[in-house]
Amino acid sequence: MSDIQSHGLTLTVNGEARHVPPGSSVTDLLALIGLAERKVAVERNMEIVPRSEYATTQLAPGDAIEIVHFIGGG
Amino acid sequence: MEDDSWEVAGRRFNSRLIVGTGRYKSLEETRDSIDASGAEIVTVALRRVNLNDPSAPMLQDFVPQDRYTYLPNTAGCFTAQDAVRTLRLAREAGGWNLVKLEVLGPPPFLYPDMAATFEAAAALIADGFEVMVYCADDPVAAKRLEEMGCVAIMPLGAPIGSGMGVVNPYMIRAIKAAARVPVLVDAGIGTASEAAFAMELGCDAVLLNSAIAHASDPVRMAGAMKHAVMAGRAAFLAGRMPRDYKADASSPMTGMIRQSAT
Repeated sequence: MSDIQSHGLTLTVNGEARHVPPGSSVTDLLALIGLAERKVAVERNMEIVPRSEYATTQLAPGDAIEIVHFIGGG
Repeated sequence: MEDDSWEVAGRRFNSRLIVGTGRYKSLEETRDSIDASGAEIVTVALRRVNLNDPSAPMLQDFVPQDRYTYLPNTAGCFTAQDAVRTLRLAREAGGWNLVKLEVLGPPPFLYPDMAATFEAAAALIADGFEVMVYCADDPVAAKRLEEMGCVAIMPLGAPIGSGMGVVNPYMIRAIKAAARVPVLVDAGIGTASEAAFAMELGCDAVLLNSAIAHASDPVRMAGAMKHAVMAGRAAFLAGRMPRDYKADASSPMTGMIRQSAT
């Protein structure tokens, strides 16, 4: 069995290693973490992922994902 | 009363007070203070979601984006590249392109780094952003930012979070006199009279955060700031009396009762 089949994909999400099932999309990742799509923005390997493409954007091994949101600031 | 709204980047606002959403004790206090301030625009920062606590309440739950215009900032960015990257994400999260650019130098003053600010402003404008720019109280730099296409010029009254007020009113007035885009005093305001003073100089609006968030009673101070900005604006429009080094009696000297001479 390959590593991908047994452990899924390994990504870096907000600087931390994270495993997701093979074939996961950005939508799947957000659901796995428990985040509402409309409250965050997502960057994949330094490129913005438009919200309209969350469902169709497949994650790949080694992807660097940033998930950000608005917080209080001056 | 006559309409005294103001416009930035084609958007019209009635309140001339923009408030930050940082440094409050809780999101409830943030919500109540901003409500009391009457502000229509609020500045916000963009940060990583805490993956270990994804259900934590978020700013949008307390300061709804359908009621307030979010003005994302670039706090914490020290290069043009970081600023563009952050605001692209903010645009995706918030869905608009009106942003606050701030590129700061080192502590203890966090003074605007103008070389980096020019570079970031150029990159953001090229990327389609409408840039309200935090800058030094320097009329030459302010004019250059306007000519580059920034939609509002926001010189500091005093360093961020210092509460020192408007320490260089002469240059704030000079920047405003030369500008064809809105000029806002951003940072340094400590109390209501200082916000009123900034407006009396002719500024189009005031941006502040710590003056409310770090007051002993933030909600009450938010109300004070709302009235101070309105009072300062009205005083500016009314036109103050001239200063004079000698007295000029307010009561007429004619018709006085006198002891008759004997």
